[in-house]
Amino acid sequence: MNAHPYIPNTGPATRTAMLAAIGAASIEDFYAGIPAGLRLQRPLNLPAPIRDEQGLIRHMKGLLNQNTDTTEALSFLGAGCYPHHVPAVCDEINGRSEFLTAYAGEPYEDHGRFQALFEYVSMMGELLDMDVVNVPVYDGYQATGTALRMACRYTGRDKVLLSCQILPDKLSKLRDYLTPDIEFTTVLDDSVAAIYLETPDMYGVVARNPRLLAEAAHAHGALFVVGTDPISLGVLAPPASYGADIVCGDIQSLGMHQSFGGGQAGFIATHDEERLVAEFPSRLFGIAPTAVAGEYGFGDVYYDRTSFALREEGKEWVGTAAALWGITAGVYLALMGPEGMREVGETVLSLTRYAMTSLTDAGATVLHPNEIHFREFAIAVSDADALLTSLRAENIFGGVRLSGNEVLICVTERHTRDDIDRLASAVKGALA
Amino acid sequence: MSAQTEPFATMPVAPKPALRRFHQARWDEPIIFELSQPGRRGIGVPESGLPEVELPEDIRRVNRPALPELSQLHVVRHYTRLSQENLGVDLNVDVGQGTCTMKYSPKVNDIFVRDAKIAELHPAQPLDSVQGALEIYWRLEQILKEISGMSRVSLQPGAGSAAIYANIAMIRAYHAANGESHRDQVITTMFSHPSNAACAKVAGYDIITLMPDADGFPDIEALKAAIGPRTAALLITNPEDTGIYNPQIKEFVDLVHGVGGLACYDQANANGILGITRAADAGFDLCHFNLHKTFSTPHACGGPAAGACGVAEKLVPFLPGPVVDKTDNGFVLATPAHSIGKIRPYLGVTPNVVRAYAWVMALGAEGLRDVAEIAVLNNNYLMHKILRIPGASVPWADKPRVEQVRYSWQELSEQTGVHSEEIGVRAADFGVHYWTSHHPYVVAEPFTLEPTESYSKEDLDEYAAILAHVADEARRDPAFVKGAPYNQSIHKIDPTSLDDPQQWSPTWRAYQRKHGAR
Repeated sequence: MNAHPYIPNTGPATRTAMLAAIGAASIEDFYAGIPAGLRLQRPLNLPAPIRDEQGLIRHMKGLLNQNTDTTEALSFLGAGCYPHHVPAVCDEINGRSEFLTAYAGEPYEDHGRFQALFEYVSMMGELLDMDVVNVPVYDGYQATGTALRMACRYTGRDKVLLSCQILPDKLSKLRDYLTPDIEFTTVLDDSVAAIYLETPDMYGVVARNPRLLAEAAHAHGALFVVGTDPISLGVLAPPASYGADIVCGDIQSLGMHQSFGGGQAGFIATHDEERLVAEFPSRLFGIAPTAVAGEYGFGDVYYDRTSFALREEGKEWVGTAAALWGITAGVYLALMGPEGMREVGETVLSLTRYAMTSLTDAGATVLHPNEIHFREFAIAVSDADALLTSLRAENIFGGVRLSGNEVLICVTERHTRDDIDRLASAVKGALA
Repeated sequence: MSAQTEPFATMPVAPKPALRRFHQARWDEPIIFELSQPGRRGIGVPESGLPEVELPEDIRRVNRPALPELSQLHVVRHYTRLSQENLGVDLNVDVGQGTCTMKYSPKVNDIFVRDAKIAELHPAQPLDSVQGALEIYWRLEQILKEISGMSRVSLQPGAGSAAIYANIAMIRAYHAANGESHRDQVITTMFSHPSNAACAKVAGYDIITLMPDADGFPDIEALKAAIGPRTAALLITNPEDTGIYNPQIKEFVDLVHGVGGLACYDQANANGILGITRAADAGFDLCHFNLHKTFSTPHACGGPAAGACGVAEKLVPFLPGPVVDKTDNGFVLATPAHSIGKIRPYLGVTPNVVRAYAWVMALGAEGLRDVAEIAVLNNNYLMHKILRIPGASVPWADKPRVEQVRYSWQELSEQTGVHSEEIGVRAADFGVHYWTSHHPYVVAEPFTLEPTESYSKEDLDEYAAILAHVADEARRDPAFVKGAPYNQSIHKIDPTSLDDPQQWSPTWRAYQRKHGAR
């Protein structure tokens, strides 16, 4: 057998030389600690390997080609995973092998990772008008769960009031993640740790007069926690401006592909208040001076709150999560700048309204028609499955099926008026 | 700067010196905000051509965000420079990040995930349009079932700690379903990853941590004393972060089962035992793998990663949903009867599921066996070299090591005053990573090396030579080592401000407010 291309020391000569250097008779010697009764006495039963690269490509392409992707169909699917444009530069930078294949080096040999992530959190800070932003957690669901747990630890209370409509999957995650310490309530009193508002909510509705909720929360000593999508904040007011204490959400919109759900990453942001900073489980990167004037060094801010430092005495846990998506979102924000963020927000708002009007004209019942929507809205029909099947026949992924024959429709700056006209025409035909 | 005054070397060019004359890229790059010039932009955005939506005052942004304004080349240049000031597996002999299983991530696998057939796939598409993606999920599950011996595997968790959390959530749901919610203790070991303790705490459990006994194994007598009617589960790594495989692992599992608890196996250190021994064979009820460790997906500066939770039959109904089932009508999604619900949005970190599947397909059973055996050979070879360095030692040296070793510089440190962290920073001057260990430092002055199958004998010789050189430097000139680094993008950092609320600067705006002009 030839050496495997991924495993240099499989060659017999190398093996023999290494064993001789160690003074071992065989590799078996090193497994002496594993009792015979626990040893697998047969080869693993796995598919035959494909050791040539072209054969592997052929095999994988055979699988991938069974997919129809959203560049081949006209897709209006959102619900947490959004088809925003991904600038080529985002892929260029996150494909750099220095970033892609690195992990957890020190702030010296991995200075670039620290600076890139510091810049990401700093640009998020500008968008959010907040001074503290974490290195990303897994996804927006996790960020929300942690933001609510932070609020409970901060206030010493154990109830959370949800003041918005949340996707069922996200609610499922929150129910699990807040067990057993935290319960949901519908009554605002002095036992409530946080009011949680999502804006835009699961129907794309932008909440009006959010300051009233902030005031209500603060009047009861609770925190105001707001979930949002940062891509909306070029045009929508940053939650901090109307009283949010913790802001959280997903950054997939900022330069990550949909990747069948693989582009998610979560952010959590607060003001720079020591007691609240102390409740972050995540890593926080900050500037520190070096021995040379004019050099930026970086390091972990307030490390001794994490599970890395304190195991179960730390705040929740920290571990590998979604750092490369943080770097990518930083690249995205640097490319977009303030004007780009304003423009994408305006384009999405206008297209969303146009789609709502078009579908109303097509005979669909648009939910929450008088609200301002960002990117998403739902229609209610008599048979959602039939509608989606009908649209599918016209090569349109019409929307995400919700309960109660509701269909959630998403439009982004990637869509054109023609795309929306095509959807409306197909919906009209299907409902006729 | 001085002019070139030394005569040039003559032909032929002399052989390379024993150690690489490395210097990390030093671009002295400003913070991106300092590169901003008003009116520049990095990318165009389409206009809708539709009337603008007038936003009411209560929800309209008033002040535009102070994001930097750069043209596209300058964004590319800035980030490309930062990337050069970073070391990945592709650049260094990455054996110094023990417990993390740094290995080669095959480039061909990146092609698959950049393909629009993955990158532009939405997770809520009609099932008939994503059969290829679902088949990959299903196939990788079958592979991991065979490797672990477990009944089903969920690929939903976003990383290793998320998989640990998913497992503990299933344990909690299982006991609750059996009317045994009074079980409120989780037992783990000091040489298991800290997330075992931390995740179980989040799920509401009291934590009991077993310390190593005189032989370096988790203390079985301490386990016997700890178990009882309150025991929900044992969360244990094996081999532990010492690199020692606990031969009594089945007894541990049996003891916990004996009191009605569940046994959960953290397989973060599975690389050396693929095809050698399986979780199910030791009686475990749950286990998890890190696809970004053992199964080669790139570590990506700390994620996205992916975790895989394997469970025995009795825990299948509690798996996070949905799972992928194969039917006569193709691949479908199903939610287990007593599912704990969602661990993350949709199915999982699909690109890493694709990469891990392709990696296994390039290796097969025999290749995975090679992975394990060569990782273990490499580890023992490197240990043999490290132990020749004066001042380096291995606790419990008589115990065989599997795929990594936690070493100690205690003797060197006592003799020179140089600490393990400082040796690591100096080692980086020669172009390699080095890590101490998780806290607390049960092994004094620790360092943890894990030379996976990806590294050649020459790589390991180089790494050992670097540590030998730095240890020698520590004896000759400890102050010099303590002053490191010298060959990096930046010089030695003063970290004191990072723990001072008056000074810490977790964003640029906080930095400007506390230390600058804003």
